[in-house]
Amino acid sequence: MKRSSGPAQTSGIPPVNGDTRLKWYGQMCSIRAFELEIVSLNKAGLIPGTAHLYIGMEAIAVGACAAMKDEDFLTSTHRGHGHAIARGLDLGRMMAEVLGRMDGYCRGKGGSMHITDITRGMLGADCIVGGGIPLAVGAALGSRLKGKKSVVFCFFGEGACNQGSFHEALNMASIYRLPLVFLCENNLWALSAPFAETTAGGSVAGRASSYGIPGEKVDGNDVEAVFTAVDKAAVRACQGMGPSLLECVSYRWEGHSIFTRVENRPQKEIEEWKKRDSIERYRAHLLKLKIATPEVLHQIDLEVADAVSAAVTFAKNSPQPKREQATEDVYS
Amino acid sequence: MIPPMKITTYVEALNEALREEMRRDALVFVMGEDVAKMGGLFKVTQGLFEEFGAQRVIDTPISEAAIAGAGVGSALVGARPVVEFQFLDFITIAMDQIVNHASKLRYMTGGMVSQPIVFRAPVGAGIGLGAQHSQSLEAWFVHIPGLKVVMPSTPADAKGLLKSAIRDDNPILFLEHRLLYSQSGPVEEGTEYSVPLGVADVKRNGKDITVIATGRTVPLALTAAINLAAEGIEVEVIDPRTLKPLDTATMVKSVKKTNRLVVVNDGWRTCGYAAELIAVMIEECFFDLDAPIRRVCSEDVPMPVATSLQKAVMVSEEHIAMACRAVLAA
Repeated sequence: MKRSSGPAQTSGIPPVNGDTRLKWYGQMCSIRAFELEIVSLNKAGLIPGTAHLYIGMEAIAVGACAAMKDEDFLTSTHRGHGHAIARGLDLGRMMAEVLGRMDGYCRGKGGSMHITDITRGMLGADCIVGGGIPLAVGAALGSRLKGKKSVVFCFFGEGACNQGSFHEALNMASIYRLPLVFLCENNLWALSAPFAETTAGGSVAGRASSYGIPGEKVDGNDVEAVFTAVDKAAVRACQGMGPSLLECVSYRWEGHSIFTRVENRPQKEIEEWKKRDSIERYRAHLLKLKIATPEVLHQIDLEVADAVSAAVTFAKNSPQPKREQATEDVYS
Repeated sequence: MIPPMKITTYVEALNEALREEMRRDALVFVMGEDVAKMGGLFKVTQGLFEEFGAQRVIDTPISEAAIAGAGVGSALVGARPVVEFQFLDFITIAMDQIVNHASKLRYMTGGMVSQPIVFRAPVGAGIGLGAQHSQSLEAWFVHIPGLKVVMPSTPADAKGLLKSAIRDDNPILFLEHRLLYSQSGPVEEGTEYSVPLGVADVKRNGKDITVIATGRTVPLALTAAINLAAEGIEVEVIDPRTLKPLDTATMVKSVKKTNRLVVVNDGWRTCGYAAELIAVMIEECFFDLDAPIRRVCSEDVPMPVATSLQKAVMVSEEHIAMACRAVLAA
């Protein structure tokens, strides 16, 4: 689907039909099911290294990627499975990469933190906090040079907002009026560091005014709210009006990574956020609006379970990379 | 047939290389501080903005991390950036993008992406700019798998190697010693001229001792060789030109002939590029050596400003000559 570059979508209410909503529900369920499998696979000792779980934040990736067009790009983070799934990457090849297998997207060399699919405009997960933000600026510059109408969707966490690269990149994107949507996923904690204690001013969206660009705080547990805000920013970017900064507030249910043993967030806070589960909330919404029946949603749940199960089988059956591959791919 | 030559300065040679490659390939673009309207602090990008416009010759804010990162990101979507750092010292702010991103993206993605990007920077001391505008940090980059490092010593090499670097699909550190910028020399005319990466050049033939020198120290070694010739010592001077990948074969061939070796590099002595060259040569031709190898490097101190102190710590032709005499006397 191509994005209209004209002023057609100015009503602020993008057309979303029932099928699209069911697709979003399914994608959110896929992200969660995929990551719950990672927890099991980790317990079975099958994951070399680590993985950073996105559970609890599914509505952000799904809502944001729904606003992407084929020609668009995204940059992701160490907590990137959700972005990749929402962008339509193959679950089997993703899981094979998480397990460090030959059929993974990166042939087992990148693992959970570097899943990339250039054919889908997924420019890669990046696990230097804030490191991917300048890359997104470059992708926008590069596609402009090539005469493309692409918009670049740049995901990062609230921790990245205190890196110099955040400031440098947003400044640069604004002065060049580049077609970017900066998507801050504020899950309120950077490993053990709470947002309020580490972030001056108390608002990421508020920092947008420093760069002369729109900034908006969004309920990151409401997939439709995320979509509406991101779509508006993307249309604006595509029309040559420059970047926007969206702060999608949500919460990660699990620890910083599957490696992390210590949890210092208040248990009560975790429980409170679980009550605001974006998937349960959307499920209730779809039923209430009679967009779906319980049977239809159950059918989607079964399909998701099958797809994730097939992905795990595919990944487990994929061989380890051969020793000689260790020295391949260093240079082009 | 000898191709037609033109006397060109090092800066003009670099400028010609950029201009020719930008004319050849519309995906090549230049970005950096003061590169567009000013034409670069050292005039390497002069006139490019006028010819190619603001989309392809981009003045940036003073944001080295974002400059480098934007280059990396543009290369990911198929552009071919040439990123200028005003001084190599400032690259320290961009190290994350070069070391964690540009050099590793191909490997981390199992070969899915490539990084056709050139990071250009003036290096080295000699004009009294002090400790934060004088460093020769080439060894840092040679250490990183995935990067290539180029260090031309003549206008001809500067032009030919920059053209090859821009055409290469890998991230390349292209290091230009600023004392060479005003040096002149013959450069082959025509847009087809280039110098392949990974090929060393024997700058002077000799039978008594081999001197491997890099960047600014190549002309110093050649002067030392002329002075030593008056003493009856025939010095062979080799310029690797590409520090990585290294043309080991050309150097081994020379040492097997002369059996004596001095290595010269403007970087610091400790863990410097000279140390790596010596390690390679010992692995390759230990039994061909008649004397211990010597290295001539910068003193292990930050670069001072006073002219007398600069002279005391920088490599000179006399240091090279003394090292050669010492190796021959051993």
